[in-house]
Amino acid sequence: MNELEEFRAETRAWLEANCPASMRTPMPSEEMVWGGRNVEFCSEDQKLWFERMRDKSWFCPDWPVAYGGGGLDVRRSAILDAEMRRLHCRPPQINLGIWMLGPVLLEYASEEQKQRFLPPMARGEIRWCQGFSEPNAGSDLASLRTTAVLDGDDYVINGTKIWTSYGNKSDWMYALVRTGPMVPKQKGISLIVLDMTSPGVSVSPIDLISGKSSFCQVFFDNVRVPRSQLIGEVNDGWKLGKALLQHERRAMSRFSESALPTHFDLDEYVKRCLPAPQDADEVALQQRAVACLMDEQAFSLTNRRMIDSLSARQDVSGLMAISKLVHTEQEREKFEILLQLLGNQSMGWSGDGFASRDLDLTGAWLMSFAQTIAGGSSEVQLNVIAKRVLGLPDPVQGVRS
Amino acid sequence: MSLIYNEDQQQLLDSAQDFLAARSPVAAQRALRDADAAVGFDPQVWQGMVELGWSAVAFAEDQGGLDFGFAGFAPIFEQIGRHLSASPLLSSVVLCGSLIEQLGSDSQKQGLLPGLIAGEQRWALALEEADRHQPDLCDTRAIRTDSGYRLSGRKSWVIDGLEADGWLVIARLEDGQRGVFAVPAGTAGMTLQRRQMIDARNMAQLLLEDAAVDASALLSSDQFEAALELALDRGRACLAAELLGCCEAVFAMTLEYLRTRVQFDAPIGSFQALQHRAARLYVQLELMRSSVMAAFEALDRDQADPAQRRQLVSLAKWKANEAAQLISNEAIQMHGGIGVTDEYDLGLFLKRIRMAQSQLGHSAFHVSRYAGVRLS
Ligand SMILES: Cc1cc2nc3c(=O)[nH]c(=O)nc-3n(C[C@H](O)[C@H](O)[C@H](O)COP(=O)(O)OP(=O)(O)OC[C@H]3O[C@@H](n4cnc5c(N)ncnc54)[C@H](O)[C@@H]3O)c2cc1C
Repeated sequence: MNELEEFRAETRAWLEANCPASMRTPMPSEEMVWGGRNVEFCSEDQKLWFERMRDKSWFCPDWPVAYGGGGLDVRRSAILDAEMRRLHCRPPQINLGIWMLGPVLLEYASEEQKQRFLPPMARGEIRWCQGFSEPNAGSDLASLRTTAVLDGDDYVINGTKIWTSYGNKSDWMYALVRTGPMVPKQKGISLIVLDMTSPGVSVSPIDLISGKSSFCQVFFDNVRVPRSQLIGEVNDGWKLGKALLQHERRAMSRFSESALPTHFDLDEYVKRCLPAPQDADEVALQQRAVACLMDEQAFSLTNRRMIDSLSARQDVSGLMAISKLVHTEQEREKFEILLQLLGNQSMGWSGDGFASRDLDLTGAWLMSFAQTIAGGSSEVQLNVIAKRVLGLPDPVQGVRS
Repeated sequence: MSLIYNEDQQQLLDSAQDFLAARSPVAAQRALRDADAAVGFDPQVWQGMVELGWSAVAFAEDQGGLDFGFAGFAPIFEQIGRHLSASPLLSSVVLCGSLIEQLGSDSQKQGLLPGLIAGEQRWALALEEADRHQPDLCDTRAIRTDSGYRLSGRKSWVIDGLEADGWLVIARLEDGQRGVFAVPAGTAGMTLQRRQMIDARNMAQLLLEDAAVDASALLSSDQFEAALELALDRGRACLAAELLGCCEAVFAMTLEYLRTRVQFDAPIGSFQALQHRAARLYVQLELMRSSVMAAFEALDRDQADPAQRRQLVSLAKWKANEAAQLISNEAIQMHGGIGVTDEYDLGLFLKRIRMAQSQLGHSAFHVSRYAGVRLS
């Protein structure tokens, strides 16, 4: 047996011995564990699983041991991933810090910053949120205006961030702030990290069309942040922010992987609601639903092809560029079809007449609208495909058309 | 197999590309059309394909084949689509070859396959009786006689039916089952009528009026339905790969035009309205490629579960149909007036695309067929 196979066997044995049976079942979204100061568990097994993985240093299996990671190389951490999937182990915790900020700190932070921020992250002690978007800086993120002005050894922050997911539940924020001039606007941006309990930070959740949400607006009123918390070089944060957003895409796909995949299984609903389509309207609806299922399968085959291409060392940038667009648009179509299949029962808002599953569906349908906007809207994805993948020319300024 | 070409397939792709670019470019297709040749393809190009081994790829070695596996057809048909090349590869080799291989007795196979693989004998499948693909419809009858059978009926759409050396005719036997008869050219009681189609390829109507054949013309009727379905699935996958190639060519022409055509002092490809539409075509192209590759993967595994094969092939043909519809239409629109001139090649692609979409099942057919598996 070679070393890798030995590692696989050890890993499998360890997981089998240490992952409680109840942590090997699909995870409803309300049972996700979020690491942080106020980590909450719904069961003893969850806590056990969290602690065992933490103590094994497998929250961050591929980080260096010196920063609290597991020190596994790429192939070993891929084996760990595969074995966890094989046993259907739930992720022991969800943590944006680990998935998005962590890799950027590893690459760009000073040694002192790494020592300070990475080990607590790797133990799941801090919950992080992302402060990038502002009311006037969405797709055009570089036009952000929240300022950080140096005063002695502190930066003083003023301004506001919006759409901050779980801003009300997070311990720390990583934020893009303006430390330099507006022109050129990418040049005056820095990445800074701050404690959400700092004086002058206030958070108010935003109600979405789906109801109460954990998306927040965060206000900064003369918030003092030690200058040692600015990551990388001053005014060089745009590069770091872009690197971070690339990790976001990977995190999003992990995130959806661990959520219950068959939560709203279109196949089952079609079979249940249209057992034997007779009338023209039923036939038409069934055809639309089946076309949606077919498109989903074409997309999942495309993901499989991407993996095959990657292992053959082929360029997959084109396939990566279409992924978010296709997935979020297919989800929206799926929910629209579910609404038609279930009729009024899927459009309830509250009360006894509706099963919680019905109301969940209503909420998920409404949230599907947010997915084609968040993390780079569909239009922005199309711009990226047109320019980077197809090489189409930039718009000419001042064209009369 | 995986969803990307392996080295052998890549080699096939490259050699097909070289051969077709030299011997069968789109201009050659245009010349064939202008010459109004009923046979619809260039026999010398066909001979060249045979010499490259294309007619032998999927057959076993003991039958004179190369034993490459069915997946060899994916790169070949993709290139056929790219170059818009006409040949009897689909009709004679893929469709008829599959039926003979599966249903022929040893002596029937020995009698039919070597000539077919060598490109000396060309067979055409006489199946379709309706104007849309309805593979189960069969009013053509076979009546038993002392020495064999008499066949009567009308096969409305026989691909490459003109000047064939023989036809595989699907007919209903007296017990209600269907069977397939190898009917050689020269059999009395048969009339062929040329149907001139938008793609200028070989298409015929075959009329059978008491056409008498020997008993030995009937291939085994055991497992006929399963064998026909597999043969058609192979054909569907090849058509899907051809559509993929057509779409790649059309999309490449369109991108080139978007980059170079200037209006309002700017390349039209800098207009976001067109950029977004082009990006959506690219998305469809990628989804189509994955679906086509998965269909060939399923067909390549001989023992693949028929239900899974049915599902993946129908997915591929549906996706290819749908994507090709969008890509061909958008391509013409984005070319403006030049797109609707005969001089420009887009129209030739459009016409072939529509024929390939309709052959062996348009979109609604494959949605229903897919639903039959997925929702059962
Ligand atoms: C549920 C949710 C969670 C989020 N979580 C976070 C978070 O945790 N942290 C964070 O920092 N941000 C977060 N965001 C913000 C998100 O990144 C922005 O909403 C997104 O970038 C779009 O910005 P905007 O909402 O200001 O829309 P705008 O940029 O104003 O866009 C409005 C419309 O114009 C279109 N548009 C804009 N620019 C172009 C262009 N160049 N070409 C063509 N069309 C264009 C857009 O596609 C859209 O249709 C979240 C958003 C949502 C909805």
